[in-house]
Amino acid sequence: MIVTAPLESRECADFLGFRPRNNLSISMDLTTLTISEIQRLLSRREVSAEEVAGIHLERIAQQDQQVRAYLSVCPERALAQARKIDRQVAAGEPLGPLAGVPTAVKDVILTRGLRTTCASRILENYVAPYDATAVERLEAAGAVILGKTNCDEFAMGSSTENSGFFPTCNPHDLTRVPGGSSGGSAAAVAANLATVSLGSDTGGSIRQPAALCGIVGIMGTYGRVSRFGLVAFASSLDHIGPFGRTVRDVARVLRAIAGRDPKDSTSADVPVADYEATLDENLRGVKVGVPNEYFAGLSPEIGDNVQKGIDLLAKLGCSIVPISLPHTDYAIACYYIICTAEASSNLARYDGVRYGFRSPEPELHDMYRKTRDQGFGAEVKRRIMLGTHVLSSGYYDAYYLKAQKVRTLIARDFLEAFEAVDVIVTPTSPIPAFKLGERVDDPLQMYLADIYTVTASLAGIPGISVPCGRTKGEPRLPVGMQILAKHFGEARLLQVAHAFEEAGGFAIA
Amino acid sequence: MALEEKDVRYVAELAHLELTDEEVKKFLPQLDSILQYMHKLNELDTGHVEPMAQVTYPAAENPSLRSDEPQPTFTRDEALANAPEQGGGCFKVPHVIEKE
Repeated sequence: MIVTAPLESRECADFLGFRPRNNLSISMDLTTLTISEIQRLLSRREVSAEEVAGIHLERIAQQDQQVRAYLSVCPERALAQARKIDRQVAAGEPLGPLAGVPTAVKDVILTRGLRTTCASRILENYVAPYDATAVERLEAAGAVILGKTNCDEFAMGSSTENSGFFPTCNPHDLTRVPGGSSGGSAAAVAANLATVSLGSDTGGSIRQPAALCGIVGIMGTYGRVSRFGLVAFASSLDHIGPFGRTVRDVARVLRAIAGRDPKDSTSADVPVADYEATLDENLRGVKVGVPNEYFAGLSPEIGDNVQKGIDLLAKLGCSIVPISLPHTDYAIACYYIICTAEASSNLARYDGVRYGFRSPEPELHDMYRKTRDQGFGAEVKRRIMLGTHVLSSGYYDAYYLKAQKVRTLIARDFLEAFEAVDVIVTPTSPIPAFKLGERVDDPLQMYLADIYTVTASLAGIPGISVPCGRTKGEPRLPVGMQILAKHFGEARLLQVAHAFEEAGGFAIA
Repeated sequence: MALEEKDVRYVAELAHLELTDEEVKKFLPQLDSILQYMHKLNELDTGHVEPMAQVTYPAAENPSLRSDEPQPTFTRDEALANAPEQGGGCFKVPHVIEKE
């Protein structure tokens, strides 16, 4: 069994001798700070990185029993890194861009020496032998990794209810889902159990939970961030990207992890811009495309907020341009053919031989079949079955090849749209956070809710979700607005998102 | 319903999944409705459309090949550390070849 995070962290925090200083004369709550606020306190020596890490570990011990964002916590690694930062401060050495920043990592991203389970029983005891490039870059920039967060098993799902261990709750209403698949990473940041976090996005798994948890989440261009060390789900769609409570925080983390990596042949050799340097440019003349297909049939509880968000962008000097992305309606079918096909292939490696769970059968093929049947959860099996079917002899052309052609059409829609506009604004999710258990038995309904996020994934373009007020009914749930840009347009995305945040867009009413 | 129980069992066999009868019954209508939904793509004429085989944006100069030089890698112990069963420095599996 997975040891629940709260127990583990409490024991280790005691064991490692961490005690919050009683004389901590700072009235502010260290768990609500932004990256630059933390770094200001560190460089003025008003607080130590160890205190910042320790207070987060304490908070996880106390609060995560309710939210259940973490699958495991790594106090030793966190405090060792924090002490290293404190030594740098003491020696007057320059600090990295993420020095001392408490960070959570989705448990599909490898962390050397730590369990990496993909929230699957089949990898329950898997200890990663190396760090993902994104993790290596985070720690090189000074980030303090607190632990590994819960998600849908192998990142397959939109609610984190497909975790093989337990569901995560939405910090805004514990009876609701945080979204998914990176629900634990989103909930951890929303509940101040980490300052920032890493998630992965294949069809919306960063943007949708960011929307449902009321925080910021960005998926860069396909190839922007190395996937070396990200457990593969659908390789032509998988991305790693950050969550944060502010656009500036997310910009800083993205810059730290982005860039060419010889260990990932799909990582692009395109220079990484200094995203923070252009955040404050004004939006005068920026052309914002609004695709009618994303608003037809949208419920007013989401649509009204996003419309107000668009109005605010207009007030900031953007020109609003109605556009059409005519193949939007085919995106879900296209996406679920391609992602399940790739998943069925990628997940063939879980055979009980080299790592992971093995069912003790005396015959080889029985061992494979029982291992996979007992090790995988229902949604993973469904997707392996779908993927195997669409790739099987006699069906390949009708499903997989057809979907690859439709994918060309969807990508072409975007390329044409970006000849006329700089960014495209849409809702992130057609629904706010739903009740735990409400949708688990209807996979197709669950898939259809990914409609606004899978399109950018298919096209390979970057997307960000920013908070855009709350729904009107009780409880008032976060609404997310998605901004899309052309390939490698992350700086523009972040600039628009930042101006929106500065103008009060996050709390739009 | 277009999909039948035998199709579900056949695909499970291909995927090396041993589904229980209960699972077959549960998955059949779910897989069927999803596959039906996927037929939506047939509304589109894609006769002259190239399949999207490469996602990386063409403008991104992508040196996808690195030089083929030996690099430090895992020790045998590290490679075996997660094995469910090992022996003699190898992964152990159930009998594959019958003894005479």
